[in-house]
Amino acid sequence: MKKINKLALFANKSNQRLFTTILVILVLYVLMTILDGTGNLSSLMKGLLVPVCAYSLVAVGLNLCVGYLGELSLGHAGFMCVGAFSSAFFSKAFVGIIPDVPRFILSLLIGTALAALFGFLIAIPVLRLSGDYLAIVTLAFGEIIKNVINVLYVGVDSQGLHFSMKDMMSLGMEPGGKIIINGAQGVTGTPRQSTFTISVVLLLLAIVITYNFVNSRTGRAVKAIRDNQIAAETVGLPITKYKLIAFTLSAAIAGVGGVLYAHNISSLTATTNTFGYNMSIMILVYVVLGGIGSFSGSIIAATILTLLPEMLRGLSNYRMLIYSVVLIMLMLFNWAPGILKWREAHGIKNFKSILKSKNTKEVQ
Amino acid sequence: MSLLEVTNLGISFGGLRAVDEFNISIDKGQLYGLIGPNGAGKTTVFNMLTGIYKPTDGKIFLDGVDITGKRTAEINKAGIARTFQNIRLFGDQSVLDNVKIGLHNSFEYSTATGIFRLPKYFATEKKMDERALEILSVFGLDKDADVLASNLPYGKQRQLEIARALATNPKLLLLDEPAAGMNPNETKDLMNTIALIRKEFDVTILLIEHDMKLVSGICEKLTVLNFGRVLSQGETSTVLNDPEVIKAYLGE
Ligand SMILES: Nc1ncnc2c1ncn2[C@@H]1O[C@H](COP(=O)(O)OP(=O)(O)O)[C@@H](O)[C@H]1O
Ligand SMILES: [Mg+2]
Repeated sequence: MKKINKLALFANKSNQRLFTTILVILVLYVLMTILDGTGNLSSLMKGLLVPVCAYSLVAVGLNLCVGYLGELSLGHAGFMCVGAFSSAFFSKAFVGIIPDVPRFILSLLIGTALAALFGFLIAIPVLRLSGDYLAIVTLAFGEIIKNVINVLYVGVDSQGLHFSMKDMMSLGMEPGGKIIINGAQGVTGTPRQSTFTISVVLLLLAIVITYNFVNSRTGRAVKAIRDNQIAAETVGLPITKYKLIAFTLSAAIAGVGGVLYAHNISSLTATTNTFGYNMSIMILVYVVLGGIGSFSGSIIAATILTLLPEMLRGLSNYRMLIYSVVLIMLMLFNWAPGILKWREAHGIKNFKSILKSKNTKEVQ
Repeated sequence: MSLLEVTNLGISFGGLRAVDEFNISIDKGQLYGLIGPNGAGKTTVFNMLTGIYKPTDGKIFLDGVDITGKRTAEINKAGIARTFQNIRLFGDQSVLDNVKIGLHNSFEYSTATGIFRLPKYFATEKKMDERALEILSVFGLDKDADVLASNLPYGKQRQLEIARALATNPKLLLLDEPAAGMNPNETKDLMNTIALIRKEFDVTILLIEHDMKLVSGICEKLTVLNFGRVLSQGETSTVLNDPEVIKAYLGE
């Protein structure tokens, strides 16, 4: 009898954290909707609601990689980029051919699947590395994706698809043809279908999936590999398989963020700030400040740090001052010894433990 | 036929010959002691048996199957589990989860089943919980099931590591200095537990210890390593009275 109670308690503990996170998202959602309904939301702020969800998704994906797989990736903007451009490509190519709703669902699936595929393909060589090497290779990957898209021209006419890496002219399109990806100008006129509500629904879905994942048999194996790879091998876990699964899922979630982002912007371009290393670092900042291993923390940090500059616009003189105070407060939340203890008790990790050396030459 | 048959095992690290011409034969059900001073190469033998180090020479047979050079996870599936001299738990996970990770290959459901919490997820998790608690209760650790492994006191961490190894359902259990850092009382308890699990889990045990008094009480056979080579081998009483052993090890 006692044993049964105990088991129910375990289930509640991880579920509790999930419910808190869902609650946090719903409260933010309702708050924003009310502010919007009462006309208290500036158009700039309104424009940020979908990006906040998109960044939150990428941060949740990266947190899965950093916090649970225990590997540092500096290329998650790259997966976001793959999701964004592949889904925008699909939506634009099939506008007027497939009805809006199924087309958006399909583009969402395509963006997610392609980001997952890229994650999988990159993980195969990359996950043999660890620590600094992994960070460098993922950083390079993100840059390569961005740069390739910047020179990619794709058009469609009655002959089918045309590709070029040179310029628009060399596509050799018929007069009536449609340019879909136009090099550095990217994709323009993607149907703007990412509403705030859809974004929140997808964010909730991603949260439930990641929570379930990290609390499943596979998730336990992933965490075991993170905690002690050698011990994980000696209890018979196939290391590569589980690293691949976790990294692929992490990339897929970042891809969903990319899909949302792409369907909220009239002109989608791949620049350093949108999908380059700046964005990768920004997402990492959300993950670190929000707390490694804490999905709700990632979302809160992404939200605060994206909206704050806008909210402070009215106080233009003090804006940077307040922004820095908030940053310092978030830092304290992450590093202060008393708070560290509290966070430890609640299963939230800090950055140091991730960057620990994985050099295990002499095994004792 | 013996459960573990090792012939001419050897490994070099650069110029250092850490283990040389190591032979051992362990029968099913035996409790076997591997002893020797610090740096003798005992842990290195365990690392070769579990595939963490690839031996430069020699062969390892488990239950008649050649497992030389196989990967660590494969060797565990073949039937060898171990603990470490420097405890290696999954520190950020609960005591219960540590054992459930040991049960990973005995209870299966797919990643998708876990993500979407299909009925099989609940059924299998329940079975795993029950089995894990059963194993933990052998060590009296079931009360600590929801404690974070890294928050356990040292002695219990050592026991949890044994519990996790047993969860993989091994034929052969390798224990690397399980009593290190324990006080005499804890050590006595541990030795009793080891004797108990041998029966309860029907497992053969090879145990490293550098305190000779400790092993002499419970081990049927001993191998003494010195500078990477076998100094003496055989029945416990014979080995303990071997003049070579007395000279090299007990004498000081
Ligand atoms: N990976 C390694 N690289 C170099 N030397 C090693 C390695 N592993 C073990 N050694 C050396 O092998 C010798 C035996 O070590 P070990 O097996 O740990 O001894 P012990 O009998 O105390 O367990 C030591 O000199 C140790 O430094
Ligand atoms: Mg040793």
